[in-house]
Amino acid sequence: MRFPRQVTGGGLSMWRQWIPFWHPGVSPEGGDVDLLFAGLLLASALVLGLLFFLLALFCVRYRAGNEVDRENHEAKSWHWEVSWTTASLLCFLALFVWGASVYLELYRRLPDELTAFVVAKQWMWKVQHPGGQSEINALHMPVDRPIRLVMASQDVIHSFFIPALRLKHDVVPGRYQDLELTAQKTGHYALFCAEYCGTAHSGMIGEVVVMEQADFANWLTQQAPTSSLADEGGALFRQLGCGGCHSAGSKIHAPQLEGIYGSPVPLSDGTTVIADDKYIRDSILLPRSQIAAGYEPLMPSFEGKVTEDQLLRLVLYIKSLGRQP
Amino acid sequence: MTELNYLTANYTLRSWFFTTDHKRIAILYFASLTLFFFIGGAGATAMRIELATPQADLVSDDIYNRLFTMHGIIMVWFFLIPSIPNTLGNFIAPLMIGARDLAFPRLNLLSWYIFMLGGSVTLFAILAGGIDTGWTFYTPFSTLYSNSYVMVAAAGVFIAGFSSILTGLNFIVTIHRLRAPGLTWYRLPLFLWSLYATSVILVLATPVLAITLVLIAVERCFGVGFFDPRIGGDPLLFQHLFWFYSHPAVYIMILPGMGVINELISCFSRKQVFGYKFVAWASLAIAALGFLVWGHHMFVTGQSLVASLVFSFMSFVVAVPSAIKVFNWTATLHKGSLRFDAPMLYALAFIGLFTIGGLTGLFLACLAFDVHATDTYFVVAHFHYIMVGGMVTAYFGGLHYWWPKITGRLYSEYWARTAAVLIFFGFNLTFFPQFILGAEGMPRRYHVYPPEFQLWNVLSSGGATILAAAYLLPLFYLGYSVFFGARASANPWDAPGLEWQTSSPPPEHNFDIQPVVTRAPYQYSRNFEAEPQNA
Repeated sequence: MRFPRQVTGGGLSMWRQWIPFWHPGVSPEGGDVDLLFAGLLLASALVLGLLFFLLALFCVRYRAGNEVDRENHEAKSWHWEVSWTTASLLCFLALFVWGASVYLELYRRLPDELTAFVVAKQWMWKVQHPGGQSEINALHMPVDRPIRLVMASQDVIHSFFIPALRLKHDVVPGRYQDLELTAQKTGHYALFCAEYCGTAHSGMIGEVVVMEQADFANWLTQQAPTSSLADEGGALFRQLGCGGCHSAGSKIHAPQLEGIYGSPVPLSDGTTVIADDKYIRDSILLPRSQIAAGYEPLMPSFEGKVTEDQLLRLVLYIKSLGRQP
Repeated sequence: MTELNYLTANYTLRSWFFTTDHKRIAILYFASLTLFFFIGGAGATAMRIELATPQADLVSDDIYNRLFTMHGIIMVWFFLIPSIPNTLGNFIAPLMIGARDLAFPRLNLLSWYIFMLGGSVTLFAILAGGIDTGWTFYTPFSTLYSNSYVMVAAAGVFIAGFSSILTGLNFIVTIHRLRAPGLTWYRLPLFLWSLYATSVILVLATPVLAITLVLIAVERCFGVGFFDPRIGGDPLLFQHLFWFYSHPAVYIMILPGMGVINELISCFSRKQVFGYKFVAWASLAIAALGFLVWGHHMFVTGQSLVASLVFSFMSFVVAVPSAIKVFNWTATLHKGSLRFDAPMLYALAFIGLFTIGGLTGLFLACLAFDVHATDTYFVVAHFHYIMVGGMVTAYFGGLHYWWPKITGRLYSEYWARTAAVLIFFGFNLTFFPQFILGAEGMPRRYHVYPPEFQLWNVLSSGGATILAAAYLLPLFYLGYSVFFGARASANPWDAPGLEWQTSSPPPEHNFDIQPVVTRAPYQYSRNFEAEPQNA
């Protein structure tokens, strides 16, 4: 198992069962988030407990008419303020560091993971696997194996939210969003759209199905796609006439795409970018924003000519070129 | 009554609608804000009834979306932002500093007219068919996908913004220029420090909102790409601009409430506010730091990790001055002589609810937890604890405290306490379950929801029913007091502030003799020797 931490049962993680009305997360980071939540709850409970105790105590003890010593009430010093200001600041700093370190963990990228593509549109989630298997409002994934989602929106902002994994990411039109998921327990988990997106926002829900790795492999085979996304991307590539410029025999001087995926591309402004999904997508839609060094800015924009579904097929096709000699 | 006061000086409609008297303008605001409060509240009640069951059995999805948008827009821009500054502030601030009026009385009247124009335009948008964007107007939904009255509603909010700016300017100049002789900054009641801090935010932040709304209009009407990626815009640019106004706006809403609480806590403890200077400067610190935290609304949008870290850090820092205030209020009670009249009940409720709201704000500032909780009911519960549990509770407390001054009448203490307790109970039953819903992952703005969330929704809806009824109570007993309440003396609470040194209600010109201030604020006699009449 890649992730040694146990999700349920077992000594150290038992505390997670004891937060009221809280279902333990089923991802490796979920445990960290749960611990953070428990820490925040505990800190709040201490502060609130102290505050309510003092409020109640003062209200009873110093109620008007109660004979009690009220002398020296003016005698105060700024030491009190300085100490509780400093104490609050230190507590807050600790919480900040804790929350931030888990956050960086949540959005890290793992090498060598599975990939799936998500296109969000009013009001559905369309998921496609590289082999061409596609599903609506569902995401099948294997247990204990990280899967990287490349998400795009076709219209407005949506937000991909799986409470059980403690993960959420907005899907903003015009850009790819990457999200790493790992589930440590098989089962069906709710998938919500968390960013208000219009009429049927609350209907834009689905499920994440976490399967045993073998079951997932079977599922992929059973879905029996006609062709892989990369192949469909290749067909589209030819249909759109991209080869006219980008093929080896072309008269027009355009960058060769073989092996470009994942490699550094020097740009005409002197900088270098890695040709990832986002770069390829941007090069198709906004070809003049990042010109490869040594090439003329001749390529027309395909903005409005290709859908998000088609874009990700093109990206996958170009990615597949990298693997061919 | 032989002597004329600001209410009895003239009875014509003209004398009301063309008045430049800050007290009458405050009454105009009070009437309009009460109307807006109940319109917005009706929207909330309808939503909570709909959410009692997981299915859509009361309203359709489009109607529901229009309901929560209407509730948000009305409550934020036409109740929460103007409420305390424009009613209590307008009425009390000049009295507190011993002035005859605000610095610019005609501007004050103008800002009410602008406010009413903005309000009418927004109400027109709602009646004509409604808006379904949410109060945040997120793009590109609002610019390209929404088939509702976005432009009209945005115009209404845009117009109302000018009223905010004018009010803010008026308070800043008034507090600088019109203080009575001897009323130095450190003798200024803390309510005015917070009003001052609020005004600074109003003047600096509101123009950004105005610009943002204009950009929406230009994109929606002329297709110029600011926010829509298909025409070269960036949806996140909108969020940066919007929250650059709207996060400070949260402090516009809560700071005046904190100011009111200082007055109440000290009056009903018969004590000076503990750590006056810390509390005063905490208001300004909140106003200043409040401008640096807007990005915490965008932790899951894909903004850079560094930006998220900075905004998270600043969000923790801005909580420090709020924490200072809570500690100081509690310390003020120590060795006081505490009475539990209705305003004090509201003040104590405020401390508890505001602290819960503030602590859960830390949960949301905490990056990794925010990823899970943002856009869920956890956020809804958090900001209602601050806005309703904090701001509205403070408003009701202040309203009861100054009611004898404003109307010259005493209300029924029995009913006032009953309402305060009911509001507290109804509020917690409405919003505490929403924390649990959010932690379990129920997204906000859901019209139908998975059945496992129903239990907490039913509790919340039940609480909302109690809360709605409790908010109606003051309408009756306060209304009754205006006509049948006992006459109030000039100083029913035996308080030392300048506003209590003139008659109740005050004469048109506020003070017969220009008051001179010779001592620090909150110099209370140690007990209610003069037993308050308000029994």
